[in-house]
Amino acid sequence: MSSVLFDLPGPRARLRHRIATVVAVIVLAAVAAWVVKVLWEKEQITPEKWQPFTEPQIILLLLEGMAITLATAAVAIVLALLFGAVFAAGRLSNHAFLRWPSTMVVEFFRAVPLLLLIFFVFFQFGSTLETFGALVVGLVLYNGSVLAEIFRAGILAVPGGQSEAAYAVGLRKSQVMRLVLAPQALRSMLPAIISQSVVALKDTALGFIIGAPGVVRDAKAIYISPLYNNVLVTGIVLAAMFIAVNYALSKLAVYLESRMRREGKAVVTASAGAAD
Amino acid sequence: MYLSELGSRLLDGFLVTLQLLGWSALFATLIGTALGAFRVSPIRPLRALGTSYVNVFRNTPLVVLFIIAVFGLPVLGIFRGNFFWLAVVALSTYTAAFVCEVVRSGVNTVDIGQAEAARSIGMGFSSSLRQVIMPQAFRAVIPPLASVYIALAKNTSVAAAFGITEATFQLSGLQRDFASRLLFNFAGIALGYILIVAVISLTASRFERRVAVSR
Repeated sequence: MSSVLFDLPGPRARLRHRIATVVAVIVLAAVAAWVVKVLWEKEQITPEKWQPFTEPQIILLLLEGMAITLATAAVAIVLALLFGAVFAAGRLSNHAFLRWPSTMVVEFFRAVPLLLLIFFVFFQFGSTLETFGALVVGLVLYNGSVLAEIFRAGILAVPGGQSEAAYAVGLRKSQVMRLVLAPQALRSMLPAIISQSVVALKDTALGFIIGAPGVVRDAKAIYISPLYNNVLVTGIVLAAMFIAVNYALSKLAVYLESRMRREGKAVVTASAGAAD
Repeated sequence: MYLSELGSRLLDGFLVTLQLLGWSALFATLIGTALGAFRVSPIRPLRALGTSYVNVFRNTPLVVLFIIAVFGLPVLGIFRGNFFWLAVVALSTYTAAFVCEVVRSGVNTVDIGQAEAARSIGMGFSSSLRQVIMPQAFRAVIPPLASVYIALAKNTSVAAAFGITEATFQLSGLQRDFASRLLFNFAGIALGYILIVAVISLTASRFERRVAVSR
């Protein structure tokens, strides 16, 4: 393996690597064993702590909760795509009275913490929107603004000759956007859109703070019950459920991206939302 | 009366937010850089450790990490009752995964020809790392690292739900005492965050310009 850091290893380097590998395995195994031992001795991962997750009604409760969380995220992402498309179009507009407000909205909602937004919407409109609505509105405002930036980058990344050719054959600006730029940009943005969906799904878990229905709220009902008293195990199960879904989605994004790169197509990376 | 009350609560809140941000950024950078070094090392188990860490912590919602840290760790006798440091644990372990990715891709942006040229003039591992690769990787890392810190600044707000009286937490208190001025309360807190985000991104672009080299 020749990399930017290391040359192809010779016989002495290979020996060194082998020794380091053995040492690393021993150290990592020792640390892992120590963590398990502490958890076991403090009676945090004993069989009775796991026992609730073998009961059918608890498994069902968590799966139902996860379904609600996924549905919430799906609603939010679809609406956010709409929001993003509208405000990306606004930012790309030739008219300053559309461009400026769109820029302000997008920049504002990207800079403000999502939880603060959710609190605000919940306090202001909670009586009509309820917790679910407040969560979705918060998610749409934030993720929609990030998506607007992704869309704008995607449209701007289409080679200039495309729109010039479209104008040359007499298309209007809206036609150029709709018929020429958007279809090409959409393909290149697909990985970034999926990455942003992962962010949105993770952020859906914030709904538990205002008491919105979802898997985290159901899990809380389990770990605060004195009957089980198993917050660490519940946390691990909860994390594992999210990791399974998000890992699959991330892999899909990476696969699409590598396929497009192979085909030599431009790709918009998810840098706008990747850090969340 | 209202304005001075708002001002003092915002000041209290953002002082805690900045402390959370500072400590979490420090630990996230340390852990993340170490994991990033693991991921580009030739030792397979260390690479696997780095990869699994990133996959686990990047795909777990921050709220779930907070639940594990704030309610789970005290059961083990770690930071019992000290919510601030428990929040720092959750924030820095989460952010470390993103720092790790930034470090790894930063090293990988350096053209392989640079390393080959360094080796061919007889530079060893440490001197080519110090004089050829690190200076270039470091420059490539600044903008994405700034994005990570900006995300961290916004993520500190999640601590509000776990008993930490930082800036976002103040909105609930203000809502209780001054419900009629919700929009104003919200705008004040939002402005504070915007300020923090602006300072981070301005510092980063300044710094980037200062270390920039003409190529």
